[in-house]
Amino acid sequence: MNWQHWIIVPVVLPLIAGAACLLVERRAAGVARALSIGTTFVLLAVALYLASIAASGTVHPYLLGNWRAPFGIALALDRLSALMLVLTAVVAIASVLYARGGGARGAHDAQGLHYHALFQFQLMGLNGAFLTADLFNLFVFFEVLLIASYGLLLHGGGAARLKAAIHYVGFNLAGSALFLVAVALLYGITGTLNMADLSQRVATLGPDQASLVRAAALLLIVVFGVKAALLPLYFWLPDTYRAAPAPVAALFAIMTKVGVYCVARVTTLIFGGDAGVATDVAYPWLPWLAIGTLALAALGTLAAVRLRTLVAYLVIASAGTLLLAIGLGSAATLSAALFYLVNSTLVAAALFLLVDSIASGRGESDDAMTPAPLAYRAAYGTLFFLFALEAAGLPPMGGFIGKALLLQASADQPLMVATWSALLVSGLGMMIAVARAGSTVFWKAADANRMQVAAARPAYTERLAIGWLTFAMLLVVLNAGPMTRYAEATAAQLLDRRAYVGAVLGAQPVPPAWTPREGMKKP
Amino acid sequence: MELMVAIFVGVLTGTGIYLTLRARTFDLVLGLTLLSYAVNLLIFVMGRLTVGRPPILDGSHASTLANYADPLPQALVLTAIVISFAMTALLLVIALVTRAETGSDHVDGEEPQAREERR
Repeated sequence: MNWQHWIIVPVVLPLIAGAACLLVERRAAGVARALSIGTTFVLLAVALYLASIAASGTVHPYLLGNWRAPFGIALALDRLSALMLVLTAVVAIASVLYARGGGARGAHDAQGLHYHALFQFQLMGLNGAFLTADLFNLFVFFEVLLIASYGLLLHGGGAARLKAAIHYVGFNLAGSALFLVAVALLYGITGTLNMADLSQRVATLGPDQASLVRAAALLLIVVFGVKAALLPLYFWLPDTYRAAPAPVAALFAIMTKVGVYCVARVTTLIFGGDAGVATDVAYPWLPWLAIGTLALAALGTLAAVRLRTLVAYLVIASAGTLLLAIGLGSAATLSAALFYLVNSTLVAAALFLLVDSIASGRGESDDAMTPAPLAYRAAYGTLFFLFALEAAGLPPMGGFIGKALLLQASADQPLMVATWSALLVSGLGMMIAVARAGSTVFWKAADANRMQVAAARPAYTERLAIGWLTFAMLLVVLNAGPMTRYAEATAAQLLDRRAYVGAVLGAQPVPPAWTPREGMKKP
Repeated sequence: MELMVAIFVGVLTGTGIYLTLRARTFDLVLGLTLLSYAVNLLIFVMGRLTVGRPPILDGSHASTLANYADPLPQALVLTAIVISFAMTALLLVIALVTRAETGSDHVDGEEPQAREERR
């Protein structure tokens, strides 16, 4: 299977599937839904295949339009991109399966039009952002995933969603403007937007351009901080994630990781250790802001009175942990971050789905942290316990391994004291918050009566979706050894920017099978 | 000419930020629009301002930016215009629906007085 176009499949396939969904959804909603679910599974298969290619350790470039980099747009597949593609597909499968259910209120994806089309476009944007090796192309994929996310957030309507959407859309539009400013500045200074080429040229800039390039770099970090929910740019997140339909919120769990991914990419590739005047531009701002994020997120979990808000703050805390690890910037902290990233994404998605399942069976109480009759108390309680352990970073789940790796990796860092206290104290705060939530919702609650139990029975796809994520989490824990090695190899590859630059800039265009001029000469 | 464009970018950004910070949805839309105009101008300027020079290499001059215009920022600007136009249209629709649904054009979906009274 030496077909070179596999790399573009995760971008093109959802585009085609989304367009097809638009065509058929009014006549046959079931067909659109089946198409969407099928496509998502195919995406997982493709992502796994790409991961098996990337695991060899070489960077695989792909020249769109067959122009040599840096003149055309290039995609590049490395271990990190492959990991993110697989993670996206795993979360997407849970999300799309869950969307089919929806309990008493009807299926999530049937509460309005275009759900599956928007869902596929969102996947296209996500996959494209993970694969691209061009800064402007990254902006375009950001906009693709954002515009799809606006639609998904508003799916089903309602005043709460509209209110959250105004904030979310306005904030992200301002963020996009900043992204363009940063891109324009970088282009003005270096004359290129290809990330590999940028990496080379930024390193050779003279001191007279130092302040401009540093400003551009920090603007980029600000923009990615908006997506990743970095202090002080996270205030949009709790309301947005709480208001979004559960399967959408689960998918959004990977969206904050896009910001984290981009920070990891640019701080290693373009503004990394040997980037001339822009060396380590994000240090020590990024670790300190991340510590602040972590502290406020832990307070947020303690202050939350609704389960969805609690989960939203857990998402922010995980983003804080990840950005802290990436901000520290050593190979060991990076690999710890990558391991933690997988776990935190899976558990955030799983918690959003689980909380929605619980809330839909509690009638008026919805997701409020008050004792209310609850159906399937034992099953929900066990799952919540498992996910809470994972989210708060306690053994035996993977979140614990990730945090332990991070503590170990930051032991010889200058910011060690701050890092350790932030991680441990915020972990304690989150532990108290989830323990309180669990004891109120599961222990103080009475068992529901028979009628309530019958009404609260989750659809089989909902159970399947939560089970799938639980399975994925357990798989990560059981394969912690290979996963850690993959994370270490990924971190090493990220820090070895010469290999990336060489692969992307050295990519040769495919010789044309038919040149128009030659072809037309023949009769 | 650089100074003139720089002043334009500055004024547009300033008004854009001012309007964006006002808590009404229509002002927000206008502010973001002005902000995107400023950004588009900035991208355009980043290709350096040139007058009367071709963007396509014809071989008669040395191929440097002194003899040619840089065509790439124009392509970037075109993309940015299309995207910001679409996003603004979407935000307008959301603002209109919010106005209809909540009866308020405040960005929080309710008047500040109403919120005070609720407390």
